[in-house]
Amino acid sequence: MSVCLEIKNLTKRFPGVLANDRVNLELRDGEIHAILGENGAGKSTLVKMIYGLYQPDSGSISLHGQELHFSSPRQAIQAGIGMVHQHFMLIPALTVAENIVLGSEPGNIHYRRKENEEVIRQLSKQYHLEIDPSAKVGDLTVGLQQRVEILKVFYRKAKVLILDEPTALLTPQEVEQLIQVMERLREQGIPIVFISHKLDEVKRVSDRVTVMRAGKTVATVETAKTTPQELANLMVGREVVLQVSKPPQTAGKPVLEVQDLVVAQGHAEKVRGVSFEVRQGEIFGLAGIDGNGQFELVDAITGLLPAKSGKVVFRGNDITKANVHKRTTAGISYIPQDRHADGLVLDFELTENFVLRDFARAPFAQFGQMHRQAIEAHAERLSESFDVRPHRIHAIARNLSGGNQQKVILAREVSREPELLIAAQPTRGLDVGAIQFIHDKLLELRANGKAVLLVSLELDEIMSLSDRIGVIHDGRLMAVLPGGQATREQLGLLMTGVKLEKEG
Amino acid sequence: MRRVLEGLLTPLVSIIIAIIIGMMVMLATGHNPLQAYAALFSGAFGSTYNLSNTIASAIPLILSGLGVAVGFKAGQFNIGAEGQYWIGSMAAVWVGYSVKGLPPVLHIALAIVLATVAAGLWAGIIPGLAKALFGAHVVITTMMMSYIAIFLNKYMVENGPMMEKGFTPQSPVIQNSAMIPKLIERTQLSWGLFIALAAVLVVYWLLFKTTLGFRLRAVGSNTRGAKYAGINVPLYMVLALFISGTLAGLAGAVQMLGVQQRLYDSFTSGYGFTAIVVALLANNNPFGIILSALFFAALATGGQSMQLVSGVPAQLTDVISGIIIFLLAAKKIMPVIRKKWRKHLDLATERGAQ
Repeated sequence: MSVCLEIKNLTKRFPGVLANDRVNLELRDGEIHAILGENGAGKSTLVKMIYGLYQPDSGSISLHGQELHFSSPRQAIQAGIGMVHQHFMLIPALTVAENIVLGSEPGNIHYRRKENEEVIRQLSKQYHLEIDPSAKVGDLTVGLQQRVEILKVFYRKAKVLILDEPTALLTPQEVEQLIQVMERLREQGIPIVFISHKLDEVKRVSDRVTVMRAGKTVATVETAKTTPQELANLMVGREVVLQVSKPPQTAGKPVLEVQDLVVAQGHAEKVRGVSFEVRQGEIFGLAGIDGNGQFELVDAITGLLPAKSGKVVFRGNDITKANVHKRTTAGISYIPQDRHADGLVLDFELTENFVLRDFARAPFAQFGQMHRQAIEAHAERLSESFDVRPHRIHAIARNLSGGNQQKVILAREVSREPELLIAAQPTRGLDVGAIQFIHDKLLELRANGKAVLLVSLELDEIMSLSDRIGVIHDGRLMAVLPGGQATREQLGLLMTGVKLEKEG
Repeated sequence: MRRVLEGLLTPLVSIIIAIIIGMMVMLATGHNPLQAYAALFSGAFGSTYNLSNTIASAIPLILSGLGVAVGFKAGQFNIGAEGQYWIGSMAAVWVGYSVKGLPPVLHIALAIVLATVAAGLWAGIIPGLAKALFGAHVVITTMMMSYIAIFLNKYMVENGPMMEKGFTPQSPVIQNSAMIPKLIERTQLSWGLFIALAAVLVVYWLLFKTTLGFRLRAVGSNTRGAKYAGINVPLYMVLALFISGTLAGLAGAVQMLGVQQRLYDSFTSGYGFTAIVVALLANNNPFGIILSALFFAALATGGQSMQLVSGVPAQLTDVISGIIIFLLAAKKIMPVIRKKWRKHLDLATERGAQ
C-alpha cells in the first residue's frame, strides 16, 4: 500500500505550551488509522494543522508526495482533505441536501432543489451512507447528523477523511453504525484518520494506531498485533489497571428509596413508574440507552425536576416535595451529566465553584457574609487532593480542560461527605487517567459505607463498578440484576426492551 | 492586578477611538478639534465651579449606573432605570414637601427610604414577577414601565395631585428639612456625593462578599447551574430587579433632595438611559462606575462650553458616547482582529526568514 498522507517532525508551539513536538504520522491508502491519546495529548492540534486551522512552526505535511502548506481549511478541502468535527456544523432548519451543498452550491442565484437532492441521493448511494436528502437536519438523530457531515466532506471530493472524536456524542447503536460506515469506506479505498481516546473502539475498527502522549507520537503499531493493555500503557506512560479491584461487601440499610416514580417533561412522560432502592455501601448502576428517562429520573431524585407522582424517600424521610437546597443539605451529592450547563458556573472562579453547593453554610458564610479565607482554604485543599490543574484556585472554571472541570465537580461533591452520591456519566469524555481516578473515588465512598447511584451509558463502566445493575428502557425499569452475574448480552437485550424470562 | 489592567483595556481603547472619530468629524465640518477638546476639558474640569458641576451630575449617573450593573450581573437587563428614577423622584419630592416638622436627617432619610422602596417595587413587581412567573422579557417590560413612570410624572405636575398652585407645571418646593445640604455653595454639588460613594461600597460588598451577591451572580451567569446549587432562581430574579430599581430610585431621590428640590415637567432626565452606558463602559464593576460616570458627566457639562468657545455643537458629545457604545458592543470583534493581526505577523516573519 502506498503512503497517502505523510507528516514529518511537525511542531507547534503555543505560548507556554509545546502542543506538538516533532510529530510523525504516516497514513496509507485504504487504511483506518487511529490516533489515540489522553485529553491534552495533542491530537486535536495535530489534526487542526492537517486541516489548515493552525499553521505548524516547523515540519512538513505531504499528500501523495507533494508538500502542502495550508493557511486555511478552504485550501485543505481543495487539496482533498475532509474533516468531521466533534461538534457538528450544521444548520438545523435546512434540509440534508441544503446543508451538504451549502457554501459550494451548484448553479447561480437560483437554487435547484430537485437537482441537488438527486445529486446527494447518488452520493449517498455511492458511499453507502443512506439518508433522505429532503429531511430537515433538525429532525435527525445525532448519528444521522454525523452522516450528513461525512457526506458533506465527500461532496467536496475529499480523498482523506479525518474523524475527530466521532463517537463522543453517539449512542452504542449509532457507534455500531458508524463503524460499519467506516469499514465500507475502507473497502472503497478511502483512508481514514480516526481520533479517539476510547481503547475498545480503536481496537475494533482501526488497522494501525499511532499513540500520542504529551505532544509526542510515542509509537505506531499494527492494531491486530497489540493488546488494549499495551495501548493503555503507551497512552499514559505507566501501568494502568484496567480491571477495577472491588472487594466484596454486604450492603447495609437502604439510603434512597424510589417508589413508583413518574416524571414528565412537557407533555411526555419520561419516567413511567420506577421503583428501586440504593443501600449503604453499594454502587447501584443504572444502565440504559441515552434518552430512556435515566437523566430525568436522576433530576427528579435531586429535585431539579418535579415528580408527577410516586415517592422519593431519603434515609426514611419523604423528600418528594423538598427543594434542591433541602436535598443537598440532607446529604445528597450529585455529579450532573452536563458539567457545563449544570455542574459549574463557568464564569466563576474555582474558589466559588468549589462551594457552589454549600456557599451559604458555615464555615463558608455566616449571617449572609461570605468568608473568603475559609473558602480559599477549602479550595486549596480540594485542588491539592484532587490534583486539579492548573493549581490556581482563582482561575476561571471556563479556562480548565474538561477533565479538570470534572475533577472540580467531583472534589466538591465527594468532599461534602454525602450519604448518597449520584453520578451521572461521571467519566464522559475523560481520558484513562482521569477515569481511573474517578472510579477509585466512587469505590472509596462505597468502602466507607456510602450509597452510590451510578448512571452511565458505558456498559463497561456499569459492569465493572456496580454491585447491582438496574436497566432502564423507555422510562421503565426492566430488571435489577446482581452486578457480578449480569452478562453483556443480558444487559444489551434489556436495554433494547426485551424482557428476560423469569429465572428459576 | 493584571486582571484589573486587562479590564481597563477595552473601555480605554473605546474612548480613545471615539475621541479620534470625534476629531475627524470636527475636521470634516471645519472646526479646530484641539481647541474644541480643550474647551470641553476646561468646561468639565477647568474651575472649581465646573468641576463641582461635573461631579454633581456624575452622582445620579453613579447611582443609576450601579442599579443597572446589579441587574446586569444577575442577568436581568433592566433598561428601565429612567422610569425607576422618576418613581424615586416623585416619592422623594412628595415626602419632601408634604411631611412637616421632622428634623433634617430624619426627613431626608424618610424621603430616601420611601423613594428607593417605591422604585424597587416598580421594577420588582411587574417586570420582576412577569419574568419569574411567565418568562416575560425584562428589556420589554422595564422599558414599558419606564414610559408609564415618565408620563405619570408629567401627569402629577400638569394639573395632577402634585402640581403647585399657579400656572407652571411643577411641584411645590420641598421643605428645608428635606434638602441635602450643598458641599460647595453656589454649585450643584451636594453631600449626595457621599451617598453615591457609600452606595458603591455597599454594592461592591453586596455583590462580591455576601451570599446574596453570590446567588445573584450565579443566577446571572448560569441559571441551570444556580438551580443545581439550590438557589431559588425566580426569587433572585425578582430580587435583582428590586435592588436594581432601588438604586435608580435612590439616584432620583438624591437628585431631587440635593439639586432640583422640586419636580419639573420634563420628558426625561436622561440619567436612567445614560446609566446603561455607564454600566457597560465600567463592565459592571462598581468602582469602575465612578470613573465612567465622571466621564459621561464631563462630556455633558464640558459639551456646553465647547459649543460656546469653539462653535462645535454640543451634540457632538452624543456622537462620542454613541461610538463608545458601539465599540463596547462590538468588543467581541477585538479578539478576531487580534488573531488576524497575529496571523499577518506570522506570515511576515515567515517571509522574512525565507
